[in-house]
Amino acid sequence: MVAIDVNDVSKRYGDCQALSHISLQVEQGEIFGLIGPDGAGKSTLFRILTSLLLPDSGSASIEGFDVVKDYMEIRKRIGYMPGRFSLYQDLSVEENLDFFATIFGTTIQANYDSIKEIYSQIEPFKERKAGKLSGGMKQKLALCCVLVHKPSVLFLDEPTTGVDAVSRKEFWSMLYRIRSGGVTIFVSTPYMDEAARCDRIALIQQGRIIDNGTPQQIVEKYPYTLLGIAGHPIYPLLKFVRGCSGVLSCFAFGAEHHAAIDTALTNADDLKKKIEAAGFMDCVVREIKPGIEDCFMQLAKGGNNGK
Amino acid sequence: MKEFGSFVKKEFRHIFRDKRTMLIVLIMPIVQIVLFGFAISTEINNARVDIVGDVQDPSVRRIMERIEHNDYLQVMKVYRSVEDIHARFKKGQADVAVCFERNFDERLHKQGMASVRVIGDGSDPNSAQMIVNYVVGVLNDEQNDISLKYVGENETAGMTPTIQYMYNPGVLSSYNFVPGVMGLILMLICSMMTAISIVKEKEFGTMELLLVSPVKPLWIIVSKAIPYLFLSSVNLLTILLLSRFVMDVPIRGSILLLCFVSLIFILASLSLGLLISVISSTQRTALLISGMGLTMPTMIFSGIIFPCESMPVLLQYFSDIIPAKWYIIMVKKIMIEGVGLGYIYNELLILSLMSFVLLAVSIRLFRKRL
Repeated sequence: MVAIDVNDVSKRYGDCQALSHISLQVEQGEIFGLIGPDGAGKSTLFRILTSLLLPDSGSASIEGFDVVKDYMEIRKRIGYMPGRFSLYQDLSVEENLDFFATIFGTTIQANYDSIKEIYSQIEPFKERKAGKLSGGMKQKLALCCVLVHKPSVLFLDEPTTGVDAVSRKEFWSMLYRIRSGGVTIFVSTPYMDEAARCDRIALIQQGRIIDNGTPQQIVEKYPYTLLGIAGHPIYPLLKFVRGCSGVLSCFAFGAEHHAAIDTALTNADDLKKKIEAAGFMDCVVREIKPGIEDCFMQLAKGGNNGK
Repeated sequence: MKEFGSFVKKEFRHIFRDKRTMLIVLIMPIVQIVLFGFAISTEINNARVDIVGDVQDPSVRRIMERIEHNDYLQVMKVYRSVEDIHARFKKGQADVAVCFERNFDERLHKQGMASVRVIGDGSDPNSAQMIVNYVVGVLNDEQNDISLKYVGENETAGMTPTIQYMYNPGVLSSYNFVPGVMGLILMLICSMMTAISIVKEKEFGTMELLLVSPVKPLWIIVSKAIPYLFLSSVNLLTILLLSRFVMDVPIRGSILLLCFVSLIFILASLSLGLLISVISSTQRTALLISGMGLTMPTMIFSGIIFPCESMPVLLQYFSDIIPAKWYIIMVKKIMIEGVGLGYIYNELLILSLMSFVLLAVSIRLFRKRL
């Protein structure tokens, strides 16, 4: 069953085309990731789907309810966690949760089971003001607040932005548990490494979906051989590799550079020799499997191909 | 209904936990009343009067006594030469000089014409004008008495512009500003605070969460308004108590009517605040719009500082669209003149109409989406 159905949705803010002709389907009970850099239009799509914004054209429905016509029905069924932390800083943990439970027509007690696992972790701090919580705890509280009315579709807009690595990992295991209850989760993130954790993903850039499918499918579609290249000094190395013949593109990935090559023109050994000959130190060149980020870079390169 | 109660509770928590704002809101009316009442008082006490003329002259003596008996005036010194006035003013020893011509009494009674000159210290025009008015009032009194003596010639001596004496700006000043401050404070609390509290939710992103909830937007608005309605009632009470017992401004009319009129005005202000919150996206904008767009015109056009009647016609028309103007007129009528509903019918109708239109427009404009 399709939980979220987006059909040719476009949205424009003045001169800026925030979304153009977005279409995607999210199945019930899956974690669907919307992956893209800041400003790609993720939040705009979220707001359209949560009935906070009207699309300029196209249509979208949540569990069969149109986001424009049946917005009141949708508002009863969804849980939405906006990108910025948006709980009341001057209210305590318990007061926040109680407030959100009440406005969704329920109580903490009635739905305690659905939030117990997460809430039990922050319950010792329930007297504390939300503004005085750590990033991870704020996030847990926010999640409790959107889960307290048992929504069937959950919209999480960049839930892990500004949260440390441990909390992020913990957060994802919470999402899996929520999914096991049959809840559809639509999540966005600018972090490519989180993409692999989703059941299916869509890559979005400048308001366009550039690809979608399971992380596996997307990675498999990567057309080139990819090399991981390390060496010192690191930045001149990037420039040097980009200049080598047979290198289609090269991007910095932390301590390593990822270079897509045309195997007809070059290979790992050949490239390593060239690099060493140019005087770079500690050179390692190895063939690697492409990740989501490599796919994203390759798909997104339209304007800038990294050369 | 439970949702609504929870909303109102939340709003009260926001207000009570923000100690600074709370303090400002509760202290502001007191400070304003005291400030307007004492510091900006236009009242003149013990104006110092110099007499230039012959003390032996009976008429001069009588007028001098009258001046002495006046609560607001005090004779400082009597001398004979007009030349000395300049030096006295310069040293700040006198505020006004009354100069009688030579043989004042004789000219007054025999020729029926005597001249007296009142010289005020124009370096402070406002108080000079007022002091001169007091003195002229005293002189008019005297002339009245003289006229009464010559009963037959009453018509020729009919002159006394008693208004000058009656028009006593010193005494009236608190009568004038208390209704003004009431309008100002209620306007400020209701509009500014409501606007800011709604815009704050927009700014922090909590509005997004509220809007995706099944709660109707109308209830969000109403729940925002209720705590400020409560706060402004507290303020109204403070102002009334202060003005009655500290400023000695009477409340001659019905308190119930006064409260009803205030309620209508509060409604208008709340709607204005709502309107501001709809059109502004940051707290700063909301603050600026309500400060510059509401408070300033309210102070200037509602007759708190300048009487509307002395404004250019165009501005007078402009002042008509300011709700506070109508409220202040009604408060003055109820509190000071003590009139009933029949006399404020028109103003009440205008204000109610304004409230209704503002409320309708702002609810219409309040978006159920972002």
